[in-house]
Amino acid sequence: MIRPQDLLCPKPQGLYCPPGDFYIDPTRPVARAVITHGHADHARAGHGAVLATAETLDIMGERYGAGFAQSMQAAAYGEAVPRDDVEITLVPAGHVLGSAQAVVRWKGLTIVVSGDYKRRRDPTCPPFEPVPCDVFITEATFGLPVFRHPDDKAEIARLLRSVAQFPERSHLVGAYALGKAQRIIRLLREAGWDKAIYVHGALERLNALYEKHGVDLGPLEPATSTKKHDFTGQIIIAPPSATQDRWSRRFPDPVTAFASGWMQVRARARQRGVELPLVISDHADWDELTSTVDELRPGELWITHGREEALARWAELHGIPARPLALVGYEEEDDG
Amino acid sequence: MRAFAELLDRLSLTASRNAKLTLVRDYLRETPDPDRGWALAALTGDLSFDAAKPAFIRKAVEERMDPQLFWWSYDYVGDLAETVALVWPARPGANREPQFSEVVDDLRGATRAEVQRLIEGWLDALQPTGRWALLKLMTGGLRVGLTARLAKRAAADIGATPVDVAEVEEIWHALRPPYEDLFAWLEGRAYRPSSDNPGRFRPAMLAQAIDEAVDFGKLDPADYAAEWKWDGIRVQAVNEGGVRRLYTRTGDDISKSFPDVVGALTAEGVIDGELLVMRDGKVASFADLQQRLNRKTVDAKALANFPAAIRAYDLLAEGPEDTRVLSFAERRRCLEAFVAQEQSPRIDLSPMQPFASWIELAALRAQPPGGDPQIAEGLMLKRWDSIYQAGRPRGPWFKWKRDPMLIDAVLMYAQRGHGKRSSFYSDYTFGVWTTDDAGARVLTPVGKAYFGFTDEELKQIDRFVRDQTIERFGPVRSVTAEPNKGLVFEVAFEGLQRSTRHKSGVAMRFPRINRIRWDKPPGEADEMATLELMLTRMEGR
Ligand SMILES: [Zn+2]
Repeated sequence: MIRPQDLLCPKPQGLYCPPGDFYIDPTRPVARAVITHGHADHARAGHGAVLATAETLDIMGERYGAGFAQSMQAAAYGEAVPRDDVEITLVPAGHVLGSAQAVVRWKGLTIVVSGDYKRRRDPTCPPFEPVPCDVFITEATFGLPVFRHPDDKAEIARLLRSVAQFPERSHLVGAYALGKAQRIIRLLREAGWDKAIYVHGALERLNALYEKHGVDLGPLEPATSTKKHDFTGQIIIAPPSATQDRWSRRFPDPVTAFASGWMQVRARARQRGVELPLVISDHADWDELTSTVDELRPGELWITHGREEALARWAELHGIPARPLALVGYEEEDDG
Repeated sequence: MRAFAELLDRLSLTASRNAKLTLVRDYLRETPDPDRGWALAALTGDLSFDAAKPAFIRKAVEERMDPQLFWWSYDYVGDLAETVALVWPARPGANREPQFSEVVDDLRGATRAEVQRLIEGWLDALQPTGRWALLKLMTGGLRVGLTARLAKRAAADIGATPVDVAEVEEIWHALRPPYEDLFAWLEGRAYRPSSDNPGRFRPAMLAQAIDEAVDFGKLDPADYAAEWKWDGIRVQAVNEGGVRRLYTRTGDDISKSFPDVVGALTAEGVIDGELLVMRDGKVASFADLQQRLNRKTVDAKALANFPAAIRAYDLLAEGPEDTRVLSFAERRRCLEAFVAQEQSPRIDLSPMQPFASWIELAALRAQPPGGDPQIAEGLMLKRWDSIYQAGRPRGPWFKWKRDPMLIDAVLMYAQRGHGKRSSFYSDYTFGVWTTDDAGARVLTPVGKAYFGFTDEELKQIDRFVRDQTIERFGPVRSVTAEPNKGLVFEVAFEGLQRSTRHKSGVAMRFPRINRIRWDKPPGEADEMATLELMLTRMEGR
């Protein structure tokens, strides 16, 4: 009798697959790694061989330099890649550009490692693809019923309304550098904002990479230029830490916004001095998590990180055996 | 309801006064009657509900979801209304979102059981922000950092030609929500609503701070009357057409809290004066008055222990006659006669302080005679020929505060500011030296200040805080504060009281940073004993 834990089991380095001898999103250097997506806590430098989508490999190369691993192998979405007796297929996760779920098959057993994912539309990456499986391994970053992300179009409309309401101020939007920033820019374009958007220097290379992969971001200007700019009435996008930093003092009386799932909770917004919280997340909210589990109805649900206990309880109440893996090393803060 | 919920949501995170004004003004411009009127009433405190108790809300939500999941959620968020707003399960096919006016209409006359059903139905239909606003309204917990006056200011601004907020305040007490007549006038569609209803508030006349260097050179002492500025709260006592009311200077009706004062009004007229706690004609400290101000209802004990009274400055109406058009000299004569006729221990006269020259007046201010003037805030100067004019006109009235008290204190903690200042550590907790139980000389916090410095100085202090951080607790940092290393502030404040809420046992009134003493070693900052001495001197007056 084959048990799921013979195919994948948690180790200090991350999720390990003994019959294929590889790790998925290991947090320490290993010989063979499968990387679901380019966020720093999932994609680290220094592995031997790396299997990922071409976009993810590109992102890692941009972040860590060309030699971030000894060898890299790109897999297209849906392409089955053998690793010893095991077959790995990467399918879209809808999280950020290049993000994938790792579908691992062995002797008739299927485990899906979803990585980080969301279920709603994202103009910068293909949507999450549900894959029937025996074990579904999910994150639970927003695994509490308080996290109900609203429609992102409505959040962008709130930002644009504020820009119109306060023409004498600038709007400084904190957004995670990989994925969130580009999604916000695309959403602004879709909402009809065709003026130049000012961006913090830390976003420039990833913006260019998204453009290279066919995501049209429209006119962008550096917000770091030494020329005396009047940022009045403008939208500036910066990494979240920069909006509270001394860097932000160059802008006239800015309305500080922050695009994150954490902004759902007022105390969090207040704590960070955010005047305009935008609840836009690249992670599944509570409804997306539970509806995904309900849709797949896996034999077992494993939960990697986040608020495991609440999602596990929900699953048990709905007759699905759940097991928190309590993997460490995955940040939950800025990448919300 | 959605637009109002959005407004409350933004107000709750907006620090700047101007931004709040813009938000409320735009809401009132864009929202049709009668919704905007009910919203304005909710913001000014003229509409409040006590429809839902927390226990009911918790029970309602626990019927709809797993109590364990609810508990974890509540534990994480920390605020009941906000948690319930977020976790309330959406009901597809629920009724459409209610208008604010529908909520008000439906609640009126509903029985307790019906109210609960109504609220549950609305929660089903609303979005999370709408649910949050509804729950805050229903539990009477609407706190968005907006004064009634600011809401009225925003209303005054909605038309093509904004009107003065004093004009809105003057008629406010004749108006009833949802204020359709008010908006019609503000938008230039109708005449100003009548203000002739008895018992109404008259917008107060306020004084400019005097600029000693400039103003005295230009002013003739013979043109001005002087009197003490008493340290209570400025009020207006109205007795008109059988209606007796007591208002704050912004028009809030506080009659219910001060039945003793209201009951003392016998003659018809309107007095402008200072509300104080007085025992045998002697003024008690502001802390005593606070014992009365902080309660919604009064009991016999509070009335006996903290007897309130009015010290009269001015007379705005006498019988049916509006005296505001008379000169101060004439009004003063009327006031003296009026107070004499009242013959009440609860109404006395603020005495005039005759003087011949500004130098003579300066001496009086610097060394007030024994008795009540010892704790006066300073002096008021009023032009003898000035009429009573709402607002803060420049010239007729000046306030000349006493010099503040000063101490040197050591910066202990700094906290991030809000809005424009959110990238700066701009809120400071400072302390003075004392001896702890073990006999060691340690700092004890005595107050907080967040203004009094220039933008340039703020940058310098911010740099000091970042360089000298010892520990961080969320938005707060503790900084180096040792006898030979640290930062000393010269702190100015207006008064000092004993306080059980503060660890040091004292509370300062209006503390601010007067000077930054980069030059002074913290070891030479003041001792707790200095504050004790100041207190004793004030109490022993
Ligand atoms: Zn991620």
